[in-house]
Amino acid sequence: MALIERFQKVTDVTYWEGQIPMSYIYTVGRAGEKFFREMIDGKILGAKCNSCNLIYVPPRIYCERCFERLEGHYLEVGTKGKVHTFTQCYETYEGTRKENPSIVAVIRIDGTEGGFVHWLGEVEFKDVYIGMPVEAVFKDKKDREGSILDIKYFRPIK
Amino acid sequence: MEITDKMVAKTATKLSAEDIQKGKVLSVKWTPKLKYAWDNGPALGRYLAELKNGRIIAKKCNKCHRILIPPRMFCELCWVPTGEWVYVQDTGIVNTWVISYVDWKASRLDIKGGVRPYTPAVIEIDGATKGMGILHLLNEVDPWKIYRGMKVKAVWKPPEERIGAITDIKYFKPIE
Amino acid sequence: MRRVAIVGAGLTKFYRNAQETPKELAYEAAKMALESCEMKLSDIDCVVNGTAPDAFDGVHMKGEYLSDGSGAYRKPYMRHYVGGGTGVLSPIHGWFHVASGMFDTCLVVAEEKMSCAYPHPAGAFLTIFDHTTEQPLYPTLIWIFAIEMNRFMTTWGYKKEDIALVAVKNKKNAMDHPSAQLPGEITVEDVLNSEIMAWPVNRLDISPTSDGAAAIVLAAEHVARRVTEKPIWIDGVGWCLDTAYWCTRDLYYPDYVEVAARMAYKMAGIKEPSKEIHVAEPYDPFTYKELHHIEGLLLAPRGKSVEMLKDGYFNRDGNLPTCPSGGALGVGNPIAATGLMKIIEIFLQLRGEAGKRQVPGKPTCGLAQAWGDLMQVGTVVVMRS
Repeated sequence: MALIERFQKVTDVTYWEGQIPMSYIYTVGRAGEKFFREMIDGKILGAKCNSCNLIYVPPRIYCERCFERLEGHYLEVGTKGKVHTFTQCYETYEGTRKENPSIVAVIRIDGTEGGFVHWLGEVEFKDVYIGMPVEAVFKDKKDREGSILDIKYFRPIK
Repeated sequence: MEITDKMVAKTATKLSAEDIQKGKVLSVKWTPKLKYAWDNGPALGRYLAELKNGRIIAKKCNKCHRILIPPRMFCELCWVPTGEWVYVQDTGIVNTWVISYVDWKASRLDIKGGVRPYTPAVIEIDGATKGMGILHLLNEVDPWKIYRGMKVKAVWKPPEERIGAITDIKYFKPIE
Repeated sequence: MRRVAIVGAGLTKFYRNAQETPKELAYEAAKMALESCEMKLSDIDCVVNGTAPDAFDGVHMKGEYLSDGSGAYRKPYMRHYVGGGTGVLSPIHGWFHVASGMFDTCLVVAEEKMSCAYPHPAGAFLTIFDHTTEQPLYPTLIWIFAIEMNRFMTTWGYKKEDIALVAVKNKKNAMDHPSAQLPGEITVEDVLNSEIMAWPVNRLDISPTSDGAAAIVLAAEHVARRVTEKPIWIDGVGWCLDTAYWCTRDLYYPDYVEVAARMAYKMAGIKEPSKEIHVAEPYDPFTYKELHHIEGLLLAPRGKSVEMLKDGYFNRDGNLPTCPSGGALGVGNPIAATGLMKIIEIFLQLRGEAGKRQVPGKPTCGLAQAWGDLMQVGTVVVMRS
């Protein structure tokens, strides 16, 4: 069956508008509970798999490679890492233009297999490079809620 | 390998709604913006346009001879394009119905406070093939007096309020 | 096609609100399934995952999200989804991975976390209805169940107080299930007096919304015989979808379940299901649905299931026990995980390892069935020991 309708102007298309009116509350889970509570204290937690000899950040209750249980093997991993890759964002996720483009990076926490997507701050885009050592800058303790945003951004280590 | 209480005990941790809402455990709240504009296509486009005119239109399958409502461009049983448009009536009979004390998000209606429960029904439209029904609401009838086979007629919004939507029919009510 | 058996199983507790993330729930079930047959993740060739609408857990591409918790790290992986029918489509999906000869073992995981959805998981169902011709009326899933129940009742003259016996039976059966969310001894009066949700459906006619996960391990015959002394063979599979134009169908009978059942019976060589099936787990999200499905599965003649229910035919010690686990009504209904929970129940029953829930008579042939979408899908699996 070939195309039956073809419109030259998008305003001629008849359509019905609607939405999916749901909202969500995601519990952070067993591993997340430990990880985010430590965030409030300005610490970053990881989980070590002794069989595979690697550390996951953020921590999880299982090793995804060998399926060993990792609860009980959480440890602090420090707040320093290296820029694994980065970019500069000019648009919001809704597609509108940002007034102040932000620098987003994947940061590999030192000594671990894991890391975060987060913002970079206190640095110009032209000075960022892959492998740049960075450290987490936390919000004031009173403003921390147990969220990934308790870290304001990562900045270059001087 | 019997699955025992001991085996399942620590597999999931029970929480109450309050534990989550009051922050006893950490959680992240998020309301995604999910808005859509669904293209009607030729069949639904005509269906809605006719509803604006105060008429209900169906489409015929020339292979199985069913008169299909809502109209569709192909017959889902015969897997062929459908044929001519057919006007059907705005009367019908109740195939099955519900007396609902809750709304779409499972919130209770204030029935004790006098709110009328919703009475949606599958209504077989006169002029379409027997058994061909649409979902709509019933009103102007005691919910507990609805019965299978009850004859009903559409109550339309006044012409100036119709926009080309299924809600241009406010509801169906019993014919005396 | 090769013979495929279930060799291990795992199940989490089912709760209305669980703390665990969906990945953590999937892990717990998958880990238990592997441990139950002493297999390691490296013994698993492929993973399939069943999980129902993304809108519940609130994560799009839920299959991919759950993959690492389901043990699928760098393995061939597929997700399937047919609404509530998912849990019984899961072993079917895994079955053809192994039966085809492409893989020797398959880990099948089903998970659902409905509690994330606000204001209520029921609200997510608004969008399964046609967006243009039905959604503007703000329908809810409870409506279409009630609408189908009403048609079922008016066709055969079934009464609410008779159908309520299903809730009484299943919740009592669930008292012996370690994962059960809502076990209990209730009476028909309790059901009839419980809050009206959408007449003819009362609160106790409905299964709860739940968080939970389940998993099984499938193996080809030569592996199964090495791994366990009691492999349970998947001898028949069937699945069928009916039209989404649900108002066009006469809702009193689930044709799609019959088609799926016939497909499974043919493959298993079953000619008289009501005699050859010893124990069954039909899907029971609502009380009347169990009877609706029993008729669709050809386990009872049309219009006769209520009579047989009242005679105790479907009790654990009856001629054809149904939902000995406690079903969705008693154990809980985390959509995809429920169907797989039912498969696991038949697996345990046929091995004689169902503990206090064990039906007498050493059953050797059992069936599990699930249903889903807009009163649309039937998925059936027939198993033998």
